[in-house]
Amino acid sequence: MRKQRPSITLNILVLVGALMMVFPFLWAFVTSISPGAGLSATPQLIPENPSLSAYAQLLQRLPFAQIVLNSLILAILTAVFQLVTSSLAAYVFSRMPFKGRNAVFAVYLATMMIPMQVLVVPLFVEMKSLGLIDTYLGVLMPGIASAFGVFLLRQAMNSVPQDLDQAATLDGAGHFRIFGLIVLPLVRPALATLTVFAFLNSWNSFLWPLIILRTPAMKTLPVALAGLQGQYTTQWDIVMAGSVVSVLPMLALYIFTQKYIIQGVAGTGLK
Amino acid sequence: MTALQDSRSGSPGPTATTKRYRGPGIRRKATGNRLRYGLTVAVFLMPSALPLLFFTIIPMFSAFWISLNQWNLVGPMKWVGLGNYGKLIGDPGTQGAFLHTIYYIVGYLPLVYIGGLAIALALNSRIRGRSMMRGLYFLPVVTSWIVVALVWRWLLNPSTGIVNWLLGLIGVTGPGWWTDPAWSMPSIIVASAWKDLGFVMVILLAGLQAIPEDLYEAATVDGAGRWRRLFSITLPMLSPSTFFVVVLSLINGFQVFDQVYAMTGGGPNNSSQVVVEQIYDLTFRYGRAGEASALSWLLFLFILVITLIQVRGQKKWVHYA
Repeated sequence: MRKQRPSITLNILVLVGALMMVFPFLWAFVTSISPGAGLSATPQLIPENPSLSAYAQLLQRLPFAQIVLNSLILAILTAVFQLVTSSLAAYVFSRMPFKGRNAVFAVYLATMMIPMQVLVVPLFVEMKSLGLIDTYLGVLMPGIASAFGVFLLRQAMNSVPQDLDQAATLDGAGHFRIFGLIVLPLVRPALATLTVFAFLNSWNSFLWPLIILRTPAMKTLPVALAGLQGQYTTQWDIVMAGSVVSVLPMLALYIFTQKYIIQGVAGTGLK
Repeated sequence: MTALQDSRSGSPGPTATTKRYRGPGIRRKATGNRLRYGLTVAVFLMPSALPLLFFTIIPMFSAFWISLNQWNLVGPMKWVGLGNYGKLIGDPGTQGAFLHTIYYIVGYLPLVYIGGLAIALALNSRIRGRSMMRGLYFLPVVTSWIVVALVWRWLLNPSTGIVNWLLGLIGVTGPGWWTDPAWSMPSIIVASAWKDLGFVMVILLAGLQAIPEDLYEAATVDGAGRWRRLFSITLPMLSPSTFFVVVLSLINGFQVFDQVYAMTGGGPNNSSQVVVEQIYDLTFRYGRAGEASALSWLLFLFILVITLIQVRGQKKWVHYA
């Protein structure tokens, strides 16, 4: 069942399935370069008068460049913060025993089970009392630490042999040095996985930015896109142009890190 | 915080006598080093512990406090005890939202699991362009829900969408997808399963690759056919990955929101109103924060109970090698 060459039928089925996965993206792109799309009854795969006018309109109607920049900065900051906070904590859970460490780690893991929705109201209140409604700091703060990130990096650090840091200790290195010069460089694949996940989650996050941001020019891409849909329901070319722009950076990031993401996902599943 | 207390109580410090390696400083004995060790732990732990405390743990408990009050987010709170919970449990809207959420999960889970398994099995064989195929199937996973929802809303557009156009080609009149109350939830389920197939595929693929090849060889020698091997070897050996997929899908399924918000907004006629959509509406549309918090806690308890039941029940069907 596994060793023999798969049949032609199976090859074709897999290919058809893959096309179904890609098709909606292709379709979004075609729609975005077909002015007035959505008004004609018959869908066309090759647009009659391809044009980039939808992209131009997008720039006019929304402060689009600004919105992309907002999303980008928030995603980068989220990734940087999560890398720092998670790797430091993961080092403790992997290398620095203390009484009650397992209990603390259990609390970290438990926070992974709390749905964002339970937190929405009190977080909103908290941000309001801190005066952070409609600020980037308010969007950013709940995402600067990630229990998932700690878990992921701890798994990776546990597989780094202890002999290495033992040797460094004899040479007089402290925890900060061992962390920075020995352990961190050896868990690079896990760091890459976390970077991609943190970036991805921030770039795609919807509910929290929807709640906290008010000023149109401050919005993030998913929120702005959802808003576009309400305003211009019939103008699918513009909506799809926005979608295409929002997928492209993820696509680029994904192509470069595919190997790591898939390993990372698979690794969390296996535990 | 806990780290600091622990360092003060002192037991773990560098002087502790265990055979396990405890990192640098272990050979020094001065109590000053114990303090330094504690401080180092604190410095490493605080950057993640404080945000988790302030943005997850404390809000979690204040949500419970809010849920015991009637409150519109600006005025004073009015204590109602468990009144919000009673009101919600008796409310047909809430019952409907829970039913729709369960409908979503019941439709979504088998679709995404069987689909993901089929793809994982196919991509575990020596098929052409294997790693590229894996990439293509994973593509929707990295895409924003809003984009996926918008594209699918367009594909499933009853009058101009390509799905109904294709159905028309084979002589079938396509349904009103998200405009017909009977079809709004199936629309959301199809789009969701399509988006998550790649994720399930990757988890199961990792599980498949851990199954020793000789099991299959032995079974083949014993005359087991393709299906027999699937049910007697593959599925039991895959049960830990399956367990992970099911637990995660259920937790995420109860929190379904983005796709509903963008595809149907809970409509038409509330036919796709789910729990989180209702939490959002209660808070930000009607300003009923107390009820929204109560509903959040009901949802959390629901997820917790279901997860615990699964963890308890896993002994019966999950086989760890």
